[in-house]
Amino acid sequence: MPARPHRRELLLSFLGPAALAGLGGCDRRDVPLPPGTLVGTSVDLGHRLRDRRCPIIPTSQAWESCDTLIVGGGVAGFAAAWRLARAGVTDFQLWELESELGGTSRSGQSPTGGYPWGAHYIPAPMPENRLLVTLLTEMGIVEGHTTDGVPVIGEQFLCRDPQERVFFRGRWYEGLYLHIGASPEDIAQLTRFQHAVSSWANWRDGRGRRAFTIPMAVGSDDPTVTALDRLSMSDWLAQRQFTSPRLLWLVDYACRDDYGLRTEQTSAWAGLFYFASRLPNGSAEAEPLITWPEGNARLVHHLAKKVGSERVHTGWAVTDIHPVRTHGQEHLAVTALSQDGQRVRGVRARRVLFAAPQFLARYLIRPFREQPPAYLSSFAYGSWMVANLHLQDRPRGRGFPLAWDNVLYESPSLGYVVNTHQLGADHGPAVFTYYYPLTDADPRSARSRLLGTDRDSWADVILTDLAMAHPNIRAHTHQLDVMRWGHAMIRPTPGFIWGGDRPRAQQPFMGIHFAGADLSGLPLFEEALYHGVRAAEEVLQESGKLLNSWL
Amino acid sequence: MDRVFLLYLNVFVVATCGLVYELLAGTLASYVLGDSVTQFSLVIGVYLSALGVGAWLSGYVESQLVRRFIEIEFAVALIGGLSAPLLFLAFGRVSPFQPVLFGMVFLIGILVGLELPLLMRIVQDKVAFKDLVSRVLALDYLGALLASVMFPLLLVPKLGLTRTSLLFGLLNAAVGLWATGLLRPMLTGSVLGLRVQGLFVVVVLVLALVQADTLTQLAEQELYADTIVHTQSTPYQRIVVTRGPAGFNLYLNGHLQFASVDEYRYHESLVHPAMILKGSPRRILVLGGGDGLALREILRWPSVRAVTLVDLDPGMTGLSATFPPLTELNRHAFADPRVQVVNQDAFLWAGKPSDAADDTAYDTAIIDFPDPSTYSVGKLYTTRFYRMLRARLTPDATVAVQCTSPLFARSTFWCIVRTLEASGFVVRPYHVPVPSFGVWGFALARQTPFDVPGESPISMPDGLRFLTAATLPGLFVFPTDLGPVPVEVNRLDNQVLVRYHDTEWSRFEGSY
Repeated sequence: MPARPHRRELLLSFLGPAALAGLGGCDRRDVPLPPGTLVGTSVDLGHRLRDRRCPIIPTSQAWESCDTLIVGGGVAGFAAAWRLARAGVTDFQLWELESELGGTSRSGQSPTGGYPWGAHYIPAPMPENRLLVTLLTEMGIVEGHTTDGVPVIGEQFLCRDPQERVFFRGRWYEGLYLHIGASPEDIAQLTRFQHAVSSWANWRDGRGRRAFTIPMAVGSDDPTVTALDRLSMSDWLAQRQFTSPRLLWLVDYACRDDYGLRTEQTSAWAGLFYFASRLPNGSAEAEPLITWPEGNARLVHHLAKKVGSERVHTGWAVTDIHPVRTHGQEHLAVTALSQDGQRVRGVRARRVLFAAPQFLARYLIRPFREQPPAYLSSFAYGSWMVANLHLQDRPRGRGFPLAWDNVLYESPSLGYVVNTHQLGADHGPAVFTYYYPLTDADPRSARSRLLGTDRDSWADVILTDLAMAHPNIRAHTHQLDVMRWGHAMIRPTPGFIWGGDRPRAQQPFMGIHFAGADLSGLPLFEEALYHGVRAAEEVLQESGKLLNSWL
Repeated sequence: MDRVFLLYLNVFVVATCGLVYELLAGTLASYVLGDSVTQFSLVIGVYLSALGVGAWLSGYVESQLVRRFIEIEFAVALIGGLSAPLLFLAFGRVSPFQPVLFGMVFLIGILVGLELPLLMRIVQDKVAFKDLVSRVLALDYLGALLASVMFPLLLVPKLGLTRTSLLFGLLNAAVGLWATGLLRPMLTGSVLGLRVQGLFVVVVLVLALVQADTLTQLAEQELYADTIVHTQSTPYQRIVVTRGPAGFNLYLNGHLQFASVDEYRYHESLVHPAMILKGSPRRILVLGGGDGLALREILRWPSVRAVTLVDLDPGMTGLSATFPPLTELNRHAFADPRVQVVNQDAFLWAGKPSDAADDTAYDTAIIDFPDPSTYSVGKLYTTRFYRMLRARLTPDATVAVQCTSPLFARSTFWCIVRTLEASGFVVRPYHVPVPSFGVWGFALARQTPFDVPGESPISMPDGLRFLTAATLPGLFVFPTDLGPVPVEVNRLDNQVLVRYHDTEWSRFEGSY
């Protein structure tokens, strides 16, 4: 491998000084980097659209018409399409920029089975989460209900034990909280934190609503709860004298894992949401996790199957959404560019269901382009790098055996999940999906660091990071592909969730209905599902086809 | 006269070493090939005839008798000393093994056969012929006696075959080096070359001894009471076969899988209750059981048409199908045309959609997984696994599951029983004393309620050594200290069984 000139700077930038300290013994630069590709989203096309550097006017014969056009084929778009299809609506189309469906719930395929490129689990739903229970029942994942009405999840879908392990100073330990070497004070603080979380889980407002629910829309908007949004999670912890390093690590890990943010960047409301929304009433045990080898792509593929492929058009980037009035009729003229940049098409739709992130609204919706609404600027998105390592065999490690989620205590990465875990395949080849959130204070600088780092550099960072726990990881990896998510997820920074801009963005605008997890301020499958179905029901309501709401 | 006495001592040592090499070859052959009468008989025959060939060849040695004698001594030291480790290495790598074995025995025999005639010719001028013949032959036979007494009582138990072999090689080499001094007056020319040869042999043997001690095989030997006769590392496990006075033991990752002395108790109890309960079992599924011993019991039933054995490790099933001590014990079960082997993780095998046609369903399932000491084995004892298994069975199929010891690991045992029940089986647990293991537990299960077999007249195959119709119902009666304890059900997402097993067996780890 030719030495890249700035390797030290590269590793220092992404892994910190600890990685450089470890380079002496574990540096295996003699083993060449495994081959692989950059699987990125269509960054170039996206940026050309942003800068309007592309043909945008279709010829007159390239125009079609439909009742509803769904823009975006991620979870929200397919949730909307699923809802419309289940209501018997057929006159709709779904356009997606990428050739792959699923947005950040996308997956890949290997001889060992599917593997995720992004979101890869959901907590088991509480009975209140009617929408998700409906979906999971349709998928055969909810197999029935207990006498108390709690949905029963098929055993094979619940994350197989052992779920998590954490690597610390040369050894793996069971669980995510680092119990080894914890002082009585550490344990006391952990217990106190857990009590604080359960008291929020058991809290009810005057209308009997929980403080933190999935989806968040059915939770409380009581000022006692929403006031938390004005604090950062680290402020909240400091105010309550939480100082135990391993507890602070656990909370920071949770914020990075769910939001791609550090505790000091995360709204305390969002930080507590992570822990409290998963605690059933009066229980000390969080809801178990549901996962699949290919991650949440399983859910998207089910929705897509129910929608049918004939109405789904991938590889078409919407370039313009233009509300017009012709012959006294109001409609939306939507144009799109094929992925290769060569062909243009247009549709005249009665309604548009905008199931793309809000940051695109100001480029795609013509009136917004001309005069962007002020609230759009508060929607900020974090950058992530996700890599898939194709391994010939599982690398050895000391201590607790391979789990589903494998976390490195001293790394800025989130560690990796193993695609064969849920299949029950415990020997031979596997794909490790490695997650790295870029938590820079300024999302733009994160994005430029993300996109300014090529495949080989990322591969070097990843393999150097993992070599701490698996010294022979380079030799085991025969392919390493990298996905650079420039706008991976909405950032629930303090003040955003209850600051008032989210509901504004949710208001329909000239026949355009908005969906997307970012409207909740929480980058979760359930929120995308909720807003997709919510927006679809708005459309159904307008056309008089809404018989009963699923929400 | 002193010099002559020392030469007689030399004869004694040479004789002892020679017999030790012969015993080593015979023992090793009976360890790895089984059938010790045949092996010893052949080794002794080949060795004695080689001695004769060596004696005859000695007639062609015309000059420099002393030098030739010492050189032969070094050759014996090198080849005899390395014989056991070389044969062990060759066994795993060379097939057929017998030519290597007997070639080695024959070569050592020729060299040892050369020694005495040469020695007698060296000293013939100094001693009267009648005294020479009487003393040399007497010491030769006495040396044999010493070797044959030390070998089983001291050498094999304390040193094992490899180290015995190397140590006697060193002894041989030391005698040769000593002779370079002792016989110096009779040597023509320089002794330096001879001494260099001798030192070379010593260095090789010492290196082999040091190496052998650091090799896994001998380090591993410390863990086992008996001599290791075969080791193999597969991607899935470490397989070790040991041989002791009572017979063979098979270990996987250090855990005893069976001892040939009492495995029939275990395997008869594992297999026959389910077969009896089924009555005329035809299509049998074996999960685990790569040693083929459950197969042996299954194939006693003439009604059996087909057996599918699913075992993760092709190394294990391959060994059981070809390693003579194992094939002897499992009566060549893998060669039976009714047996089909699938080398796959049983969890993945069970999860594959079956053809669902009735004729592919199994009417009896024998589950012989290792104890649930790891999560990857623990998944094979979960409700999910048992539900997938049910889909592979006929509605009236019977199932037997090995469930570890209800005495040493009571919660583990009852957890398996409760997990089977939670998966839709009616379960009747039973237990059997297996001296190598202790009190051992099994579960007999079916999807519909049933009576314990043996309460009404039953048919069972001939030739069983442990089970009888009269004693069968008694196995299902549990004394107080083995009785049920409250436990959770083992699920994929909790794997409580691995935790029970870990807690309970760790209490005994010191003594096992």
